[in-house]
Amino acid sequence: MTHPDRRRFLQLSAAGAGAAAMTGLPALGAAAESPVFKPEPGAKIELLRWTAFVPSDQTIWDENTKKFTAATGVPVTIQSLSWNDMGPKAALAAQVGSGPDIIMGWNDDPFVYPEKLVDMTDVVDNLGRAHGGWYDNARSYCYDQDVKRWVSLPVGCTGNALNYRKSWVKEAGFNEFPKDLDGMLKLARGLKKNGHPPGFALGHAVGDANSWTHWILWAFGGKQANPDNSIAINSSETVNALDYARALSETFIDGVAGWDDSSNNKAFAGGKIGLTMNGISIWYNGKKDTPDIFPDFANVTPPMGPVKTHTISNNFTSAFIFKYSKYPNASKEYLRFMLDKPQADRWVTEMKGYVTPALKAYAELPIWTSDPNITPYRDALASAKYDGFNGKPGKAAAQALDEFVIVDMFADVCVNKMSAKDAAKKAEAKLQTIYKRA
Amino acid sequence: MTSRSPLLARLDSPRVLGYLLITPAAIILLGLLAYPLLLGIWLSLTSATIGNPGAFVGLQNYATIFADPTFRGAAFFSVFYTVCAEVGKLVLGLALALLLNQRFGGYRISRALMLLPWVAPTVLSALAWLWLLDPQYSALSWVLVQLHLIHGNVDFLGSGWGARFSVIVVNIWRGLPYFAIGYLAGLQSISKDLYEAAAIDGANAWQAFRRITWPLLLPITTILVAFSSIFTLTDFQLIWTITHGGPTDATQVFTTLAYQRAISGGQLGEGAAIAVSPIVFMVVLAVFVVRSVREK
Repeated sequence: MTHPDRRRFLQLSAAGAGAAAMTGLPALGAAAESPVFKPEPGAKIELLRWTAFVPSDQTIWDENTKKFTAATGVPVTIQSLSWNDMGPKAALAAQVGSGPDIIMGWNDDPFVYPEKLVDMTDVVDNLGRAHGGWYDNARSYCYDQDVKRWVSLPVGCTGNALNYRKSWVKEAGFNEFPKDLDGMLKLARGLKKNGHPPGFALGHAVGDANSWTHWILWAFGGKQANPDNSIAINSSETVNALDYARALSETFIDGVAGWDDSSNNKAFAGGKIGLTMNGISIWYNGKKDTPDIFPDFANVTPPMGPVKTHTISNNFTSAFIFKYSKYPNASKEYLRFMLDKPQADRWVTEMKGYVTPALKAYAELPIWTSDPNITPYRDALASAKYDGFNGKPGKAAAQALDEFVIVDMFADVCVNKMSAKDAAKKAEAKLQTIYKRA
Repeated sequence: MTSRSPLLARLDSPRVLGYLLITPAAIILLGLLAYPLLLGIWLSLTSATIGNPGAFVGLQNYATIFADPTFRGAAFFSVFYTVCAEVGKLVLGLALALLLNQRFGGYRISRALMLLPWVAPTVLSALAWLWLLDPQYSALSWVLVQLHLIHGNVDFLGSGWGARFSVIVVNIWRGLPYFAIGYLAGLQSISKDLYEAAAIDGANAWQAFRRITWPLLLPITTILVAFSSIFTLTDFQLIWTITHGGPTDATQVFTTLAYQRAISGGQLGEGAAIAVSPIVFMVVLAVFVVRSVREK
């Protein structure tokens, strides 16, 4: 992935690391022993985070929080909300200037109100230096190019991979999962013929519909915008992506245009579909809910398209501190503590790959190679692009995602039988309106 | 004899006492209804975004939304949704009320059960309908398949019009008790003497309904339709829970689009303009109701 300001970012990171070294910030390992950011006297923190998708996430997060309170004396209250409700709740806090000190939000949330958020550059530098640096997606979703600072601390992503049934793929004539999109289309046709069709959401499903449509768009070289934020969606690459999606959608199970984010999980667990795209929860829950067919479940990194690089779209999560917080240092220290090795190692390991950390060092954890079905989720961030690619991450891209512009463009072709060129033109008009007003 | 204080003497005036008594209610109404409404109108005239008060931009937000095909689609479906749902609720609500107005075994329990869709929390009933309309696991489809009426599941939400009619049906189901209970109250207030006189004159059931029941139910019909139309035009929870405005914005209405633009997208000014725009329809309905009530 190329960013217009990547060189500048590296310069700033190096400068930040140097400054941190000069001011005596503790090195890796010593960080857990003494606070890097000294909590304010009498500090107490409120965190609002998304409800855990896997139980071990909540359990270990809470245990690590207790360790933080024991080490610093700072009590932390944690509240949870459904992941879809985090954006509105954070927006409300930004608007009224009151609420939790820290919110763990999704994707471009921090770019909607960057002026209201505490500068996180020092925590980002500290953790990045200690843990092998950040994946590019971290900067895409947490560094605001308008206010020119890190407005959020990258946490990681609930990565996406393709999920399939091994025996049905074999039955369709494939000993292993195809490595390219043409092969995957042939597989999809084989699965459909054998009564095990693929299923990819085409309704307003925030996670599932956005993930696969963006993957296909980028795989063919389609882009929402150019680096100067001029609209680039109406291109031959987009048309090729839409034509491919149309052919693929002819193999889908009926009803995908009405699917929400839980539909493919139910259909896969129920044996209605043989191929879909999802986070690791679909596999993880299968172990518990459908043990009889679980050995047949498998996960794989989505194949490359003509651009010959992986083009995965994930749900990225980050934590931001509001300026109204009376305890910004305590909040920073809490987040630093939670993402530091002694805590994060166990958190990531126990979740068995549900969250792929944005810090590169955690890719070395043994959990990622303990089962070949977990490994694709380790690589989710290494090969990911970002919302609004190849434009400037920010408000406009956030609004385009909220309005399902890319999903609806694909649905126009696959469901409403619009021509690919007309659908691209329609999306271009929508994007021009959104980018103009943002 | 002691003289009364001038203050107490003034309270003897019905005008003074009257205004004094309605003051608390007026303050509550102004604070909870008028202020948010005026704030919404003001926001619609600004470039406010979340956390930023913005600047006065006149009618620019309205010009933007009226030029936006997504808004025009949402306006169309809001009106279509309201008209279809009101017609459905009126016809079925009246039929249900006529049925429940009869004395039959278990009529009391039937009247109570009828209210269930109205008293159940909207989001819970919307979730239940989401499962009923599921393309793979719909209980409705299962029943129809078992009865050999169809061969495969119905894709209720998978096409634009399928999704539109599905949410209209859900709204009718939810609002039906409001009409039925209103009509039931209306029916019970009609004097039986009128029906006896009509029977003596040889009127059949249809003639009695057309010449007695319907004309006497007209005042309550006006009120039921007007209030229900306002609730339906501003419906959010049912549609947001079931379709999120999809597929391809087919079920987008004023409220869902306003929420998407203002809260998720942070464009408070434009979102407020979308939310304010149906007020024109609602004012017309409110004036209609007030005038009808006065005339009757």
